[in-house]
Amino acid sequence: MNNLPLALRDSSTLLRRNLLHARRYPSLTLNLLLTPVMLLLLFVYIFGDAMSGGTGRTAYIAYIVPGILLMTVGSTTIGAAVSVSTDMSEGITARFRTMAIHRGSILIGHVVGSVLRSVLSVVLVGAVAVAIGFRSADATVLEWLASCGLVALFALALTWIAVGMGLVSPNAEAASNNAMPLILLPLLSSAFVPLDSMPGWFQPIARYQPFTPGIETLRGLLLGTEIGHNGWIAIAWCVGLTALGYFWSTSTFDRDTS
Amino acid sequence: MSTSAIAANGLRKSYGDQVVLDGIDLAVPEGTVFSLLGPNGAGKTTAVKILSTLTSADAGDIRIGGHDPAADPRAVRAAIGVTGQFSAVDGLITGEENMRLMADLHHLSRREGRRVAAELLERFGLVEAAKKPAAGYSGGMRRRLDIAMTLVGNPRIIFLDEPTTGLDPRSRHSMWGVIRELVAGGVTVFLTTQYLEEADQLADRIAVLDNGTIAAEGSAEELKRLVPGGHVRLRFTDPNTYRSAATALPGATRDDEALTLQIPGDGTQRELHSLLGALHSAGVEADELTVHTPDLDDVFFALTEGGTIPGRPEEALR
Repeated sequence: MNNLPLALRDSSTLLRRNLLHARRYPSLTLNLLLTPVMLLLLFVYIFGDAMSGGTGRTAYIAYIVPGILLMTVGSTTIGAAVSVSTDMSEGITARFRTMAIHRGSILIGHVVGSVLRSVLSVVLVGAVAVAIGFRSADATVLEWLASCGLVALFALALTWIAVGMGLVSPNAEAASNNAMPLILLPLLSSAFVPLDSMPGWFQPIARYQPFTPGIETLRGLLLGTEIGHNGWIAIAWCVGLTALGYFWSTSTFDRDTS
Repeated sequence: MSTSAIAANGLRKSYGDQVVLDGIDLAVPEGTVFSLLGPNGAGKTTAVKILSTLTSADAGDIRIGGHDPAADPRAVRAAIGVTGQFSAVDGLITGEENMRLMADLHHLSRREGRRVAAELLERFGLVEAAKKPAAGYSGGMRRRLDIAMTLVGNPRIIFLDEPTTGLDPRSRHSMWGVIRELVAGGVTVFLTTQYLEEADQLADRIAVLDNGTIAAEGSAEELKRLVPGGHVRLRFTDPNTYRSAATALPGATRDDEALTLQIPGDGTQRELHSLLGALHSAGVEADELTVHTPDLDDVFFALTEGGTIPGRPEEALR
């Protein structure tokens, strides 16, 4: 068997294993959705009136949902860090490594599984958003497709970073802690308040990180606000993080085990 | 002489300043059990990791089933099965799903995979537990599942790294049965253990690994011959009887505190007969008589670092 069919076959076998975990233990994924859903409800129903500056609840829901959706992506990829780390510490990865399988498929199974779970999670959280009154402002089919593409690309980028974090963590708890920035970064972005309402010294921190351009782009696609350069910047972040995470993960994975 | 399933010459591995394997040579003929015996930290697991392609060696020439792990790791992996020190099973899925996962990774057809999985689950007494998540299995069941998973690809060379560590006696004996069955089927087994009895029971050849070097190698019998120390031990409760016996047996080593006598010898019937005869003529009767033949424990203590043989004269350490 030459390389490509082998890679496809082994990757799909290990993807099925990953999805079987998710199906057997949905709570592992659902727990990761609690934070974004809670923040959505908290900001809309508790802080909403103060945060919106009098523009009204519906307008504020519309404002924060794109941020909540990308935060959902960040949150679910923590699951990838945890499961990669668990596999490493429990010896099943060592078993896979001693088998004549396509080596890359071990990580590919985790990555594809995590991206699928992220997209599904975004759909679930999106449904909650719609239930409490979120409506897209006349997004075209093309804009919906672009939104899905952006979410998937974001999930791919953050998953590769999470996989790297999982590989360098000694156990599942450490992996979960190390991956915390993936859910904290959106809090420091334009998810909840616009950049220009933040103190001047803080604005660069919020501006030069992946979530802000991603959120601005998604907001533009779903609500028709100005996207500007944010679209390209978001894609550049995704490509850059994917490449970084990929090389970090694969080089860590291929390193001699001690 | 059959060909070697596993051969290594001058195997070296260091982690930083720490030398773990300092040039060891191994040769395991096909269809035999080879046991690498050594205390914790002797380098057993490192040796298995290198031979099973998990880690690269710093130096040394290795052939596993005729293939060089450094040049062609996939050919080596296709020939071997590995059961590591910690059970490498997926606890989140059931025993049967673990087996099917292995079948899929060995590229068996669906039907073939199902057949092999069912057969091995049956053979390892896991049929009842097959539909339960492996996380709930007992230690013995996990090990059995682990070995069953290793056997899915029908490997001809199997590495077992401390397969019975942490198992209760019953599970240990059933694991020994499994290993004997494998060998009967022509499989080559490379076994590491810290239990001497296990090596004695199973292995055709034993190498004692200590501090990164092979301290001794041979069959269990050959190793035992390296260390003298067979004796008969007599224990008394009455000091007067003890003294009479000591007088009747001038060659015995006395322990006046414990009221025991040690008479050197190899425990043959003839020797015992003359010993009992001497006791009988002296009119004394021992409260307890035990025959001690040198076992691998003696070899182990004598050969591994810092070891002294308890209750044994110094010359035994030669």
